[in-house]
Amino acid sequence: MVEITDVVCSLCGCVCDDIVVEVEDNKVTKVKKGACSVGKSKLMGHGRIESPAIRENGTLKNCSYDEAIKKAAEILAAARRPLLYGWSSTVCEADKVGVELAEEIGAVIDNTASVCHGPSVLAIQDVGLPSCTLGEVKNRADLVIYWGANPAAAHANHMKRYSYISKGYWTEEGKKNKKLIVVDVRKTATAKMADVFLQMEQGKDYLVFSALRAMLLGYEDVVPEEVGGVSKKDLLETVRLMKEAKFGMIFFGMGVTHTRARHNNVVNAIQTTRAAHTHTKFSIMPMRGHYNVAGINQVCTWETGYPFAVDLSRGYAWYNPGEISATDLLVRRECDAALIIASDPGAHFPGESIKHLSKIPVIQIDPFPNPTTEFADVLIPAAISGVEAEGNVYRMDNIPIRLRKLVDTEYVADEEIMKRILEEVRAIKEKEGE
Amino acid sequence: MAEGELLIRNGVVYDPINGVNGEKKDISIRDGKVVEEVMNPKVIDAEGRVVMPGGVDIHSHIAGAKVNVGRLFRPEDGRKGREAKTKVCRAQSGYSVPNTFATGYRYAKMGYTFVMEAAMPPLAARHTHEEMVDIPILDNAAMPLIDNNWMTMEYVKSGDTDLLAAYIAWMIKATKGYGVKVVNPGGTEAWAWGKNCDINDAVPYFDVTPAEIIKGLAEATEKFEMPHSIHVHGNMLGHPGNFETTLATYDLVKGIKPYRDRPAMHATHTQFHSYGGTRWGDFESKAGAIADYVNKNEHLSIDIGSIILGDTTTMTADGPMEYSLYQITGRKWTNHDVELETGSGITPFLYSGKSPVNTVQWAIGQELALLIKDPWKLALTTDHPNAGPFIGYPIIISMLMSKKRREESAEDMHSVIYDRAELPSIDREYDLNEIAIITRGMAAKTLGLHEHGKGHLGVGADGDVAIYDISPEERDAGKIQKAFLNTKYTIKGGEVVVKDGEVVATPAGRTIFVTPECDDKLTEEMMVKLKDKFDHYYSVTFNNYPVQDAYLPNPYEIKAPWRS
Repeated sequence: MVEITDVVCSLCGCVCDDIVVEVEDNKVTKVKKGACSVGKSKLMGHGRIESPAIRENGTLKNCSYDEAIKKAAEILAAARRPLLYGWSSTVCEADKVGVELAEEIGAVIDNTASVCHGPSVLAIQDVGLPSCTLGEVKNRADLVIYWGANPAAAHANHMKRYSYISKGYWTEEGKKNKKLIVVDVRKTATAKMADVFLQMEQGKDYLVFSALRAMLLGYEDVVPEEVGGVSKKDLLETVRLMKEAKFGMIFFGMGVTHTRARHNNVVNAIQTTRAAHTHTKFSIMPMRGHYNVAGINQVCTWETGYPFAVDLSRGYAWYNPGEISATDLLVRRECDAALIIASDPGAHFPGESIKHLSKIPVIQIDPFPNPTTEFADVLIPAAISGVEAEGNVYRMDNIPIRLRKLVDTEYVADEEIMKRILEEVRAIKEKEGE
Repeated sequence: MAEGELLIRNGVVYDPINGVNGEKKDISIRDGKVVEEVMNPKVIDAEGRVVMPGGVDIHSHIAGAKVNVGRLFRPEDGRKGREAKTKVCRAQSGYSVPNTFATGYRYAKMGYTFVMEAAMPPLAARHTHEEMVDIPILDNAAMPLIDNNWMTMEYVKSGDTDLLAAYIAWMIKATKGYGVKVVNPGGTEAWAWGKNCDINDAVPYFDVTPAEIIKGLAEATEKFEMPHSIHVHGNMLGHPGNFETTLATYDLVKGIKPYRDRPAMHATHTQFHSYGGTRWGDFESKAGAIADYVNKNEHLSIDIGSIILGDTTTMTADGPMEYSLYQITGRKWTNHDVELETGSGITPFLYSGKSPVNTVQWAIGQELALLIKDPWKLALTTDHPNAGPFIGYPIIISMLMSKKRREESAEDMHSVIYDRAELPSIDREYDLNEIAIITRGMAAKTLGLHEHGKGHLGVGADGDVAIYDISPEERDAGKIQKAFLNTKYTIKGGEVVVKDGEVVATPAGRTIFVTPECDDKLTEEMMVKLKDKFDHYYSVTFNNYPVQDAYLPNPYEIKAPWRS
């Protein structure tokens, strides 16, 4: 039995890195410390895609890695409008090869931010993002606001490690001297802990942000007695707490990005942060979901100039979310082949786009089966990053951390799979060129 | 590094480190290094063209967290520089914040072969290295920010210079960095509470002043045989009347004896620190006062941070400064404070010749270069992309070489240029030797890289050569600018990487890092304090913090022993 410390979790955007595990007979047998229950389950391992496979007459038939990779390359090289999608639950090293492959075949490369915090990216491109690292929140924040996010369920260690419950330099008594405000449409587990809970009507985020912003800027008189189901009294109390804080922090989730007004909500959230910043220090951060969704945004940006929804069919990068993000492309039935890696559009895309995706050749690269597997035509099982493979990831605050390899595996790592596909594609193209 | 032999024949060589000033001379390269002679080389006929060592940029923001924020939140900038992929080159985007590939190609086309990334937030050091790996052709290095750091401030307060030295040694090693970078010392920590500091203000909660931090870091740096001095972006950048703070900053290291013949401080992007007046309304140039000081003293070097007119993306670890700028423009603004260490701000900015303030700023950068008599004391920079993108260097070169061009340009600027700046009255024109000094020789020497093959063409130097398509007699400013934008040839490590202004090969660059060697006992004592910081205040663990070797596929190590 070997004990491994400083293990980095490859589940959510918290990227907890103080986990201790025991490894015996090349298997993680115990998670001793640091991980939440979901992270623990990932580290301990569960059902896998066991073999590379190619679908023939509707049935998946097992094959070798070489055969699956060759088939994948043939599909991609022959495609006129290929889509390379996913990238958020793998390491940056694999993402980089993905961008190179997209350039090579003139593909659209898009990642899960497209259906997640994509609206936040659009908002940041409009107004910027006053933010900080999670350690800043831990050490300084005396007011934490979660808006449209329920970390108690979705980012289980977030409050304990980084925000409301954590202890830091100016916050050594933990939550005792902090205030927690939660804004949500229902009384979530996080909301139950709050000093102030603003229960808002569905889809009224924009209005409530506007009301707070008006009050912070001194226009209290224009705010009516009730806004989006929240009383003016509660709004005034919220504003009082915001102004009195030494260091305020807003974390926002899908509740803000995926309700009516979408990226405009986030623009308003950021403008509210700026308004609060005229009184005291205030920052804001999106609660990123996948452990490396921030990372694919980073890689895609430094390599192509843009964070998601990048079309390389012209030879240079063309960025226009809403026209060329994965779901748009699929709804218009524009793409004729797709490589899906480290993600599950089968479960998360709108029905119309899944309909088209299920009709075109789909290559799936993933350690685990998921609804996308049901219609994938080439399956390439991957090593689990953070358990069986190492590599760089970016936490939700864009801090880069290196995943550790804990056990050996026969499965091939994402980076290696991508490199072999790229090589095969180049070989095919060279042959065609001759 | 390319194997084989190369001979550059009949060029007119400017190699100031070796005292070669416009001599017709052949350059022989074997296996990537300059040699006395070659037997059976591939020959490049330079035919009387200007030949210089590969350019060395002492200060530029090309890789890492805030550069990528600039790219991410400015798709409108990305659209400006797009070029399709070729057989050799990856797809390019961006003007003030080019993607990593474009960064390598464009520098190489200007004849540059080394660039120093000027500000690496330690906690995000892996990010800086990941991007540097993706910048083709250029050798590179990066300086970690160690000045708003809690460990630093605590040791400065307690006066433990040796322990501070042990800490900076650990930090430079942990980040695979090059030296000590200082950006608004104390002010960025204060910004974590929404405040700022001038040079003698106490930093909130830490009870030290920026002046004490700068002095402490300079003393600690000189405990080692460090190739480069502390690299300082002082307090009050960009504020009217800041030249007094700047001069006070320079005075801080006057008594410090540097390791060997280099200054004890490099003061960066001096244009932003040479402002007179009390507000924007009476804003004026104080380049004269700064140049006077530099002329009379030997303990510091500067780079100019000259303005390129037009739109750009400003970015710095000076968080409060970016906030002030955003309040002026009302444009988008990103801030990113980094726990226990530093911060950053990013906002777009337009330098307009119609603006009186921008006009004076534009004059100051050039005034510094023209009023400081000894070119070995300054380097050409634009603090890319803060005062403008690096591809504007050839514009500045042509300005410095041509009074006529400066006069013509001044006519298009706001008329304050004739009242609140000195530029129109300066007659000096740079010659090519002086240009070679401020674009390679000085930077290489100040960074200590001339001993590692950079910035010169002596035997043993790296085979990095720029051949510009002009004759030494050329006086036409437009032709000079054009020649310095796209070389006839750029040779990197003996391999032709640019030919006739086109990138023809993209070898990977090396990352140069320094290893300060510190006494084990000191390190052990320092570690107690450091581990406490990790146990209680950092959000990553001590063991996950240092940059792993995997991030430097092409490393080059410089050892810096403790000075006995």
